[in-house]
Amino acid sequence: MRHHLILRVVTKLLVGSIILFAFYVQFHGDFSPGGGFQAGVIMAVAFILYGIVFGLGKAQAVFPPWVVHKMVALGVLIYAGTGVVSLLLGYGYLDYDAFAPHHPSHGQHYGILAVELGVGVTVTGVMVAVYYAFAARPARLSDEEW
Amino acid sequence: MLDTLINGIAWVLILSGSFFTVVGAIGILRFPDFWSRLHAASVSDSAGVILLLAGMCVYTGWGLITVKLIVIGLVLFVTGPTSTHAVANAALVSGLRPPEGKGLKGAEPEPLSNPTVDPTPI
Repeated sequence: MRHHLILRVVTKLLVGSIILFAFYVQFHGDFSPGGGFQAGVIMAVAFILYGIVFGLGKAQAVFPPWVVHKMVALGVLIYAGTGVVSLLLGYGYLDYDAFAPHHPSHGQHYGILAVELGVGVTVTGVMVAVYYAFAARPARLSDEEW
Repeated sequence: MLDTLINGIAWVLILSGSFFTVVGAIGILRFPDFWSRLHAASVSDSAGVILLLAGMCVYTGWGLITVKLIVIGLVLFVTGPTSTHAVANAALVSGLRPPEGKGLKGAEPEPLSNPTVDPTPI
């Protein structure tokens, strides 16, 4: 008898829809409640759930730690890079009007999407990195090892 | 006339869902041991949530919100019993047994093929 059969089956069902819901929250963030922070946490939950049920090794095969650590920095780079691009276009730092000078409301739209993408990438990376850091810590020392 | 009927159905569903949820909460507080509390929490919550969501669906009418409510209902319908199963399974594995009543023998779990839980399953 394989242990945790029900949890495995339900997890396989749920992980895909959790990721889909994360993308929905991510890209619907400028119309409805949601945005980068919430979407990042939901996306990380999918990987953490997978890691809890199937084991840390499987989760790290899907989402290696070096990718996670790069994502943490990449999101900040996207956020700051959006501001630098608007600077280079001759506007203020993070002035979204720069992205569509003739339709400022469209410019706000694009700018918010880019910034929220950066936030989502970083939050996903940080959450999964925290989980990896706790789950991969070595076993507690026994008394003989002191 | 039809509006009144739809509102009436919605309120009956929402109030009965609330009733199930409140009864479940009272059960969690008043039942004597872990297993009966788990029973009160899980079964009544599933029924209550489904009735509440059905009432909201009837109340809002057909639209995007109804689809979202149905999806929420499906997710809760799958995850609620699963989390209950996980909690009950963890309690059984860690040695908690249902108490034996008068003339009733407490459930004896079938022995696991591998008694120590594998830390890294497949």
